[in-house]
Amino acid sequence: MSLTHYLVLATILFTIGATTVLLRRNAIIVFMGVELMLNATNLLLVTFSRIHGALTGQVLAFFVMVVAAAEVVVGLGIIVAIFRTRRSASVDDVNLLKS
Amino acid sequence: MNAFTAPEIPWSLLSPALIVLLAAVVGVLVEAFVPARVRRPVQVALGLAAPAAALIAVAALWSGVASDGGTAVVGGSIIVDGPTLVLQGTIALLALLSILVVADRTDTGEDAFAPSAAAVPSSDYEELARRRGLQQTEIYPLLLFAVGGMLIFPAAGDLLTLFVALEVLSLPLYLLTGMARRRRLLSQEAAMKYFLLGAFASAIMLFGIALLYGYSGSLRYSEIAEQALQVTGVDGLLLVGAVLVLTGLLFKVGAVPFHTWTPDVYQGAPTPITGFMAACTKVAAFGALLRLVYVVLPDLEWDLSIVLWTVAIATMVVGTVAALVQTDVKRILAYSSIAHAGFILTGIVALDESAIPAVLFYLLAYGAATIGAFGIVWLVRERSAGSGDEPGAVLGEATRLSQWAGLGRTNPLLAVTFALFLLSFAGIPLTAGFIGKFAVFSAAVEGGAWPLAVVGVLSSAAAAFFYVRIIVLMFFGGAGDGGADEVTGGTSPSVTDEPVEAPTPVGSTATATLVEKATATTTTVVGSEGFAVVAIAVCAVLTVVLGIVPSPVLDLIGDVAQLLP
Repeated sequence: MSLTHYLVLATILFTIGATTVLLRRNAIIVFMGVELMLNATNLLLVTFSRIHGALTGQVLAFFVMVVAAAEVVVGLGIIVAIFRTRRSASVDDVNLLKS
Repeated sequence: MNAFTAPEIPWSLLSPALIVLLAAVVGVLVEAFVPARVRRPVQVALGLAAPAAALIAVAALWSGVASDGGTAVVGGSIIVDGPTLVLQGTIALLALLSILVVADRTDTGEDAFAPSAAAVPSSDYEELARRRGLQQTEIYPLLLFAVGGMLIFPAAGDLLTLFVALEVLSLPLYLLTGMARRRRLLSQEAAMKYFLLGAFASAIMLFGIALLYGYSGSLRYSEIAEQALQVTGVDGLLLVGAVLVLTGLLFKVGAVPFHTWTPDVYQGAPTPITGFMAACTKVAAFGALLRLVYVVLPDLEWDLSIVLWTVAIATMVVGTVAALVQTDVKRILAYSSIAHAGFILTGIVALDESAIPAVLFYLLAYGAATIGAFGIVWLVRERSAGSGDEPGAVLGEATRLSQWAGLGRTNPLLAVTFALFLLSFAGIPLTAGFIGKFAVFSAAVEGGAWPLAVVGVLSSAAAAFFYVRIIVLMFFGGAGDGGADEVTGGTSPSVTDEPVEAPTPVGSTATATLVEKATATTTTVVGSEGFAVVAIAVCAVLTVVLGIVPSPVLDLIGDVAQLLP
């Protein structure tokens, strides 16, 4: 199996993640979409790292994991705070701010 | 097995960012170990000392960098050159001023932040926290972490540092957005929108980084730029990667079509944080954009210029037109900041050497006026109708435009200062904004982007209309008279007050707890501990001085405005 297949797979996963972000209503699911995008990128990075025969891409993948973990902490904190106030995590319900 | 060679790290060149990040870590320790009574003074002192020290560090590095043109340190991950120092100095100065506004409290001892951000709005627990006078002093370490990220962002010399700095500056801002003391539902909503869209944008940017890495085999700007010169047959990777990375940065600066979060977040966030975000984030993001466009992508000029031109024109036009119909002061300032992003983009798109100092000067002028303007918005409050001679309680910010009518008669000095900032936004001569706009537009003309300059001048003229409209309203509109109503005509029933009832447990009825009490309030300028007044005064002085005698600053910036490849 050539390495190109991994690139195609990463792109497909990234697209699924982006579609999830744009289409789903539940904030947690939207957030999972973002995580999927980040992990698709990790796959891409590791594959490119292999193609180039250098470790830079893998190092970046580690950084992405750490950043994603920090992002989860912040994001779930915000979503839970909203859920406790409104009893809903739907992104359609947060519509007070409009021009 | 290779022996480990320790990297050589020139600590002094990294000192501005290191000082601020170290102070942030100390701030976290202060939260853990210092007794609650003295925590606030300690945190405020730390929060003010750190950016001041960073400013001094920048000044200390200045002459060295001015003579040798800058160096790439930590193996090229951080580039300390002239533009880096100018941007770091600007960010440190603006952060210092914003933290002054953040630290300010009304004369009743209320700051802009929820007594306990974890408490459910309107719950008994929140009421208890309010009565006990709890204060969320974690905001200062969060602010310092954000400032640390901002100081690294424009200095990043590779895509890894760029990404990490982006997250370090963004994550604290998502949290700070959700911590307003008043109108907590709006604030939490703004935090969620900012977070989801911000995370989406950084994921897109990361994908772009991966594609650029795949193309060039390196994350270093200089090596990507070298690779971009070669014909490799996989130019698609380079082009798509560049566009995706640009998307991430354009989201941070709030350029159309990635601007939709800006008005909501600026309106919902605590006002001092809005000022901080609007000024410092924009400086940092434009710094990073400047380096990326000038160092990595000049060879893509032909492919990318159409994208950047479209974005710049759309940003100027949409920002201006949308601001014309707004009725909320914070939203007007938000759309105005979008329009300003367009003006600054004009300078960046020009790809002309003279554009670098112009953009740097514009950012300083814009940042000073923005922090001052939001500082004033923070001081203008609603006051509930009192009983008898007793004045009512001070409520949240009076952000509806109609509430500002007649402010020029009751508080002339404040209104004149606000008018000064608005005139600077509009680019009226003798203010810093004029010099900035002039420099940016002339750089655009020199770079051959004269259509952009024409659009810029036209939208500046249109924008002047709504700035002047606010000034007229403040000085000549009577509170509640027909003129004011006409000016703010079509005010939608906005949710202006904090929730006063406990939220009902069923989902969508939460909004019902936001009761409309607009008729029962008057507009007042709240007395404060004076920090915000100092910040506003400094911003006003900066705006005037940079407008009347800009040449020393322009020369200072012009001398070092060489990006190190």
